[in-house]
Formats: sequence, C-alpha cells, structure tokens
Amino acid sequence: MNAAGFPILSLLTFLPLVGAAIILFVRGEDATVASNARWTALWTSLIVFVLSLVLWVQFDKTSADYQFVEQVSWLPEFGIAYIMGVDGISVLFVLLSTALTPLCILASWEAVQNRVREYMIAFLVLETMMVGMFCALDLMLFYIFFEGVLIPMFLIIGIWGGARRVYAAYKFFLYTLLGSVLMLLAIIALWYQAGTTSIPELSEFDIGFTLQVWLFLAFFASFAVKVPMWPVHTWLPDAHVEAPTAGSVILAGVLLKMGAYGFLRFSLPLAPDASQMFAPAIYVLSIVAVVYTSLVALAQEDMKKLIAYSSVAHMGIVTLGIFTFNQQGIEGALFTMLSHGVVSGALFLCVGVLYDRVHSREIARYGGVAKIMPAYALVFMLFTMGSVALPGTAGFPGEFLVIVGAWAVNPWVAFGAALGMILGAAYMLYLYRRVAFGKITKQDLRALLDLSPREYATFAPLILLTLWMGVYPQSFLNFFSATVAELVQNHQQALATTARLAGL
Amino acid sequence: MFVGAVFFPLLGACVSGFLGRWIGDKAAMWSTVICMALAAICGTLAFFQVALGGAPATVEIVTWMDVGELEFSWALRFDTLAAVMVGMITLISTLIHLYSVGYMAHDETPPRFFAYLSLFTFMMLMLVTADNLVQLFFGWEGVGLASYLLINYWYEKESANDAAMKAFIVNRVGDLFFMLGMALTFLTFGSLEFDAIFAGAEAQRNATFLGLPSLELIGLLLFLGAMGKSAQLGLHTWLPDAMEGPTPVSALIHAATMVTAGVFLMCRMSPIMEYAPFALAVVTVVGASTALFAATIGCVQNDIKRIIAYSTCSQLGYMFFAAGVGLYQAAMFHLFTHAFFKALLFLGAGSVIHAMSDEQDIRRMGGIWKKIPVTYAVMWIGSLALAGIPVFAGYYSKDAILEGAVAAASATGTYAFVCGIVAAFLTAFYSWRLLILTFHGAPRADAETMDHVHESPAVMLIPLLLLSVGAVATGFTFAPYFIGDLQAQFWNGAIFNDPAKHMLEALHHAPHWVPTVAKVTAVSGIALAILLYGFLPQVPGRIAAAVPGLYRFLLNKWYFDELYDRIFVQPARRLAVGFWKVGDARIIDGMPNGVAALAAGTARGVVRIQTGRVANYAFAMIIGLVLFVTLFLLGR
Repeated sequence: MNAAGFPILSLLTFLPLVGAAIILFVRGEDATVASNARWTALWTSLIVFVLSLVLWVQFDKTSADYQFVEQVSWLPEFGIAYIMGVDGISVLFVLLSTALTPLCILASWEAVQNRVREYMIAFLVLETMMVGMFCALDLMLFYIFFEGVLIPMFLIIGIWGGARRVYAAYKFFLYTLLGSVLMLLAIIALWYQAGTTSIPELSEFDIGFTLQVWLFLAFFASFAVKVPMWPVHTWLPDAHVEAPTAGSVILAGVLLKMGAYGFLRFSLPLAPDASQMFAPAIYVLSIVAVVYTSLVALAQEDMKKLIAYSSVAHMGIVTLGIFTFNQQGIEGALFTMLSHGVVSGALFLCVGVLYDRVHSREIARYGGVAKIMPAYALVFMLFTMGSVALPGTAGFPGEFLVIVGAWAVNPWVAFGAALGMILGAAYMLYLYRRVAFGKITKQDLRALLDLSPREYATFAPLILLTLWMGVYPQSFLNFFSATVAELVQNHQQALATTARLAGL
Repeated sequence: MFVGAVFFPLLGACVSGFLGRWIGDKAAMWSTVICMALAAICGTLAFFQVALGGAPATVEIVTWMDVGELEFSWALRFDTLAAVMVGMITLISTLIHLYSVGYMAHDETPPRFFAYLSLFTFMMLMLVTADNLVQLFFGWEGVGLASYLLINYWYEKESANDAAMKAFIVNRVGDLFFMLGMALTFLTFGSLEFDAIFAGAEAQRNATFLGLPSLELIGLLLFLGAMGKSAQLGLHTWLPDAMEGPTPVSALIHAATMVTAGVFLMCRMSPIMEYAPFALAVVTVVGASTALFAATIGCVQNDIKRIIAYSTCSQLGYMFFAAGVGLYQAAMFHLFTHAFFKALLFLGAGSVIHAMSDEQDIRRMGGIWKKIPVTYAVMWIGSLALAGIPVFAGYYSKDAILEGAVAAASATGTYAFVCGIVAAFLTAFYSWRLLILTFHGAPRADAETMDHVHESPAVMLIPLLLLSVGAVATGFTFAPYFIGDLQAQFWNGAIFNDPAKHMLEALHHAPHWVPTVAKVTAVSGIALAILLYGFLPQVPGRIAAAVPGLYRFLLNKWYFDELYDRIFVQPARRLAVGFWKVGDARIIDGMPNGVAALAAGTARGVVRIQTGRVANYAFAMIIGLVLFVTLFLLGR
C-alpha cells in the first residue's frame, strides 16, 4: 500500500479524533475531568507525534512523487475520491502540526481553567483538520479540511479568548470564509472542466489561459486572506491578541502556512501562466507587507499585536519567495514557513509566560524582567534573534534564500525584502528592550518567578529546533529539494509550452 | 589545532554561561581564560604553520545548505590572511580576558560577561576563517550580536540600551547591502565559496548586470556592508556610543577586532576588488574622509573612551584607503599593529577609569601620573605607536599607507594622502591632549577620588605590559613579512594584486619626502598639544570661544545623530503610527467594519418596520397596491 505498510496518514489524521471522543466520555468531578482531559489530550498528541516521526524516517527524499498514498473511492460518480499522500512540500508541515500540538496542550496546562474538556477536544479536532489538510490530495477533501480548521479555531478564540474575543472570532471567521467561498467556486469550475478533483490528475490537465486567470484569482482570494497578505491582514492582529496563548501558537505556527501551502499546491501548478502574469502584483503586495507591517509593528504597544504584525511581514517574505519561481526562492519560502512556525510560535509562548504571571500584554507594563528571570530572558533573546533572522538561528536560511532568489528576478524586489532585515531588527529589539531591559520600576515585577519545569519542557524542543534549523538546515532542505526542483521544472515547461503555442 | 583555535572559546562561553551559576564566579572566569589560552596556543601554532611555514589548510565540517546550484559548507579556511587574524584575535582576546578578571572583579554577574566575551571571540574566529561568504556573514552577524549584548551588559542603564540598539540597527543597514552583495555574487559566479569566486573573477571581469559591471556592483555592495561594521563615515554613529560597554569590551570589540572586520572583508575579496576600480576609488575616498573626519572630532571630545573611539574610527579610515589604493598588505599590517596599540590604549584608559573611581571625563582628571606610573608609561607607549613615531609599531604600518597613497599616483590617492597627513597631525595632537589632561597638571577631581587613586592589580597590569611589547615590537618584526621583501612568500596568494598595477614595488620607490613629512607632522602635532595644554592651558578655551560655531560643530560630531534622527528615525516613527492608526485601523479595517455596520444598520431599520400592528401592515399594503396600479396604468 505504501512505504509504512499501513495507512499512516489516515491514522495521523483521525487518531486525535479518537482522543477527543475519549475525552468526551469522561465523567466525574470537574477537577478530575479537567485533569483527565489534559492527560488524555497530551498523550494522544504525543502518540500522534511519535507516529508522525515515521514520515521523517521513511520519507524518500530523492523522489518528487506523492508518498504514503492511500486511495479509497468515495463518490465515484462525481470523480471524487478519498486520496491522502504527502510530498516534499507537505511532509514537514504535517510534522510541524503534530509537533506543535503537544506543546500547545502543555502551554495551556494551567492557563486554561474553565471548560478544560471542551478546550482539549477543540485542540484535538483542530489537529485532525490541520494534518488532514496537508495530506489531502483531493480538492474536495482538501476543501473540507481547509474549512474545518476554521471551526475549532473560531471556538478557541471566541470562548477562551480575551476581552474582545467575540469581535476577533467573527472577524477571523468572516474574513477567511469570504475567500473560501470563492475557492469553492474555483473547485467547482475545475471539476466541470476536468471531471475529477484528484490533485495528481488535475496537475496533468491542461487549463486554458482565461480559466487559469479566474482560477488564480479565486484561489488568491482564499489564500491571500489565510496567509495573510496586505491589505487583508487586519484580522490577524485581532485574532492573535484575543486568542489564548496556545491558540496564537497554532494560528501563527500552522494556520498561517495554509495559505502559502495553497499557493504552492494549487496556484502554481494549476495556473502557471496566470501565476507568472500576476507575479509582479504579488511582489508589490509582499514588499508592502514587509515594509508596512514592520513599521506598524514598530508602533505597537501590545506584545502579541507586535508579534502578530511581524508574522505578516514574515509571510510577505514567504509569498515573495514562492512567486520567484526559482529553486532558491521557493525553498527559502518553505523554510521560512517552517522556521516562522517554530520561532513565532515560541515568541507567543514567551509572551504567554509573562501573561500567565502578570495578566497583561501591554509592553509598558514590563521592564527589567531580565534581572529577575534570567533564564527566560535568554530564551526570549534566542527567539528574538530567530525572528530577526540572525545566521545560526532558524530564521536565517529562509530569508537568505528568498533574497537570493528574488535578486535573480529583480534586484529592487530583493532590496525591498531586505529592508525587512533592518526594520525587523528595530521592532524586535525595541520590544525586547522595553520588556527585558532597563530598571524594574513596577514593584510587583520583582516577585516574578523564572521558568517552571513545565515551561522548560515546552521551550526545550523549540530551542533545539531553532538552533538545529539554523546550524544544519540541510536536514530540512533535503525534504524539499526534489519536489521543488520538479515544481520549478514543470513551471518552466508550462511557460515554454504556452510560449510555443503563442508563436504558432 | 585549527578546530581548537576556533572552538575553544565557544566551549568557554558555554561553560561560563550555562554552568556559571553552579560553579561560581571565580571558576567561570578562569575557565574562559583557560579556554582562551588554549585557543591562543592553537592560534599561534596555526599562524606559524600557515603563515610562516606556508602550509594553508581547509577543514571541512559539514554541508550547510545545498539548494539548487547554491551549495556551501561550514568550513575553516586557514590561509595566511585568516591565520594572521586568528593569531592576533586569540592572543589579544586572551589578554583581555585576563585583564577583565581584574576589571570586572566587583561586578555582579561576571560569568555572563565572560560568556559574552568568549562568544564574541568565537564568532570573530568564525568570521575570519570562513571559506564562503555566508559563513563570513554568520560570523559577521554573530559578532554584531555579541557586541549588542556587551554594549548592553549593564542593561539597567537606559543609555546602554539605546547604544546597543543603535549599534545593532546601524550595522543591519550595512548588512542589508552585504546580503544583496551576496545575492549578486551568487548570480554572477554561481557560487558563494571563495575558491570558486576567486577562480572566476578574471573570467567575469566584463560581466554586466542591468548594464552595470557586476564586479563593481559587488564591490560597492560589500563595501557598504563593511562600512557598517567598520564605522566608516555615514555609518559610524554607533561606534562612539558603543563605549557604554565595559572598557575591556571597547578594547576587544570596538578597537582591536570586530570593527576591523570590514577591512578584512575588503582584503579577503581582493580578487574581486582588484577588478573593480570604481569601487576601489569609492573605498579610498570614504576611507580617507573618515580618517580626517573622525580625527577632527577626536580633538574636542572630553570623554577619555570616546576620544579613543574616534581615533579608532580614524585609523580604520587609514586601513580602508590603503585597501582602496590596492595595498591590501599594508591595510592588513596596519590592522595588525593597530590591534595591539589600540587595545593597549583602551585597556590603559580602563586602568585610569578604574583608578579614578569610574570617572571618564578628562576635564575632571589630571595630576595622577605619579600615582599610577605603569598605566602612565603604557599610555605613552600606546600613544607613540598611534602617532607613528619611529621604532613603535604604528610607524611602520602608517608610513607604508601614506607612501602607498602617494605611490598610487591617482587623484583619489592624492586626496587620501592629504587627508591622511592632516589626520596624522590631528591624531598626534589629540593623543597628547588626552595624555596631558589625564595625567598632568593640577588635579581636578575631588579630594576623595584623588585619595583613592591607585595602580591596578597585577592581573590587569600584565596584559598591559604584554600589549605594550606588542605595540613596540610588532612593527619592525613583521614589516618584512607583511609588506617587505618576504611578503610574496608570506601571503602565499591569500591576497591578490592586479599584476598590472605593481603597487608593492611602487611602495618601495615612493618619494623620500613622504616619511619625513609624516614624521614632522606627527612631532609637530605632539609639540602643539604639549604647548597648548601643558604650558598655556587657557589658550584652548579661548580658541574654542573665538570660533564657537566650529567648536560646537565638532563637539556635536558634525550633527550626524541629529541629522539621522530628523531624516530616518522621526519619519519612520511617524509613518509607523500613521500606518497603524490611519492605514490599518481606519482605512483597511474601516471597510469591513463599515460594511458590517451598514448591514447591522439596515437590519435595524428593517426591524423597525416590523411593528407587529395589523393597521401598519394594512396601510403598507394599500400604499403598495396604489403604487402598482399607478405603474400599471402609466405603463399602458
């Protein structure tokens, strides 16, 4: 059946649901229910993570094909099937999702005190949706998972969020839904044309230019919101600010990657000519995102909002990299997606550490934290540097590759992206300085405790990943290279074919 | 040995940083010192084997990235250029670690300090032993981080916070161009590894990019990067502020090693720079201007460390214009000797500050030379070397640079020579101004401070004495190797000179008046300072009062900070707030929020119609009926 010998992707996808079902049937005192729910969720997500390591070991990095493929006929009369599989682009995002979920559960251990059972269920359902989305190889299936992600996330923000949670949750939901509706139209249009929704089959299918343009725009509406690209980014800061810490981690870590993943999976292979045509517009939007949101981040007074805006800037680098259509750019974009997942997730956790103690996200509320929480200051500094893309941390390889890739397309585009280097350093160091440095002026800060063992356990894997990705990025880049090489090659071929047809 | 020279400091940093809390301050300090000493032994051995023995080596560690055609590894490249730097860095860093044991004795968290210092050394070593541009960039940014952390070592001080951020961000401006330079290098050569670049340089001589010669563009971009790190005119503003850090940091990072990274980069990329005459001309002009500019400011500053900082800035200018006229060997030689005497000057200043109970203003010093004779003596040695007085180290390297500028026989060379000679005069002047105001005359500090003036402990004096040996001896010992008869064998191809230019030969045939002029200028600068500050102490004040505009212009550092604040910092802040409050909140969010409000408003309006009263509905129906009937009749 596949390399693992059993339907591993389905298992990964649906195992969290089993955990959620178990939690659903827990009965008893509130405290015992909460504790059982926490432990069940943690164990479930850990088992899923360990299982997902099979992908890491057994994935054939030399092949550009879909691997671990499972195919079950679903609605044969409509040409819709249940197909799961991963290639070099998606495999690491499956791993990212399975790795971040246990950390999130660990991070919510004490922070979430009411409706613990429902919270844990929401997280496990969310994991199912995320993993399923990255594995789905059928457009319909993809769409179901893609939309499914919205529901648990909406609940997590809307129920366990901060003061303006309902506004933020609705904004998040409506923004992303609006784009998705257009994507559904695109899917239906594709299905009418090709009679199938299987992604591997569709990529063989030749689509006319006009349809390509419409498809591209419809997909763009959906993915641009998800990324988010400027100017449809404003749902993100609100969602981040109101979401609970773990919600922010998943939102930044995985959900933001869905848009970029969509571009790579659909827009580029299915609409190569349209992608090429719209690329300059994407460059402009990306650079505006980098410069504009970096500046906005500089002015923020709320820690989470600042990091949220920095996410938009980093995603600008990602979209730019994807639309350079060359190996360096695309691999850089993929790497930035991964590293951003780790680093900005970790930064949200860092904010969470302070929030749990002081219950304020306002930057001015802090100052001089380094004095009393030295270990925390070190961890926070490491991730700050990761976000600044200091060589040797996770942020660097991606940014570097994107800039190299962008230079090959247009040096001014590369220059615009590189401006993010300065502005990124400015807003992150400014944040760090206001939080950690200076004299302690607020007396209650003196009583803060440094990281607890549980927090160490949460940060340790992220620290390890940040350094590993910086020092030896090759072990991650290896996964991409074959698939990206083929993607670039197919893209060139498609363009060449169009050019030849135009010449006739 | 090669690996040890680079990685021992990292080991020391980890031990001190992570275990410092458990093993205690003493153990943490000495563990880093021991690791540094081991590194210095390895580094010196490597220097003998590679530079003097002529046996370069490259140690491949592991592939770093391999993306498409872009491939490079972590590797340690030991050729003469790297070996010179490694030997110098490990040696000076060891001495400074040792000195810090005494200097930081009363500090609260010495393990943190020593961890940073060792981390810095490691990063610097990675920088100089890089065998591709990206690894160089790794070290480049790594030293930037360490410098940031060390400037900010006393993080409770607001001024330290500001200075550290400024240093990092101004450096990042340079790094942006470095990054773009790397991108263009890759596009031109298809590789970022030095071997491949150097091999391809000749072939790509006429390559163009967007109609511009590629090599020129690469040279300019990399030089812009170097300007940030080496505090050249325009991007120099962070260096004087960086003096907020503890003095050993200033000595190691902001004098001897990190700030010279830009010069090192120019020499490392000599195969490209040699084919980029325009870029070289820019290097010469900027370097020469910086040399002069920083020297003018140095003459009026009152903070002992800032004076030396501006002097560093100025000396870096010399190194750059040496590289600019094609004399990379002389640039490296000055870099090498400068490291010794400038570290000596800074540590000497540290010793003075230590003695004066942390006073840094030379207007509140004076009359202490008898109380701290050793410090006084080493400051003299350092200043003599800096001024370029014969026998001392600076004489050999500075002379070579000035002669080279004349020998270049070009407009930029002449400009550099004029700037260089004026700067040399000013250098001698401000050095002796500093010496006299600090050590001589009537004591201007309060009585309590004066009572406490004491010579530093041996652990601080030993490094000072060793460095003064270096400040005297490195000149005449190494001159034959760096720029003299043995240079070809010594450099062993690590530096490339365009065979068409014969700069090194021209250097030896430079006019005889050049060294004489240089010596006379230096001596007259010293004489003027002694005259003004030693014998006529009222005169300088009167001169300043006579030309208040000029004085304030110099005192305020040519108003660079104010200018940048006006044209970059303030607009960026205003733009930031504008984008946020107007762009995001009002325009972008305004639309969906407006649509939502519209929908809600309409709904509320519609709700109002549904009153639930039958009479109202009936009335509406009748109105409707009338309307439709009218329409029907009209339409007929």
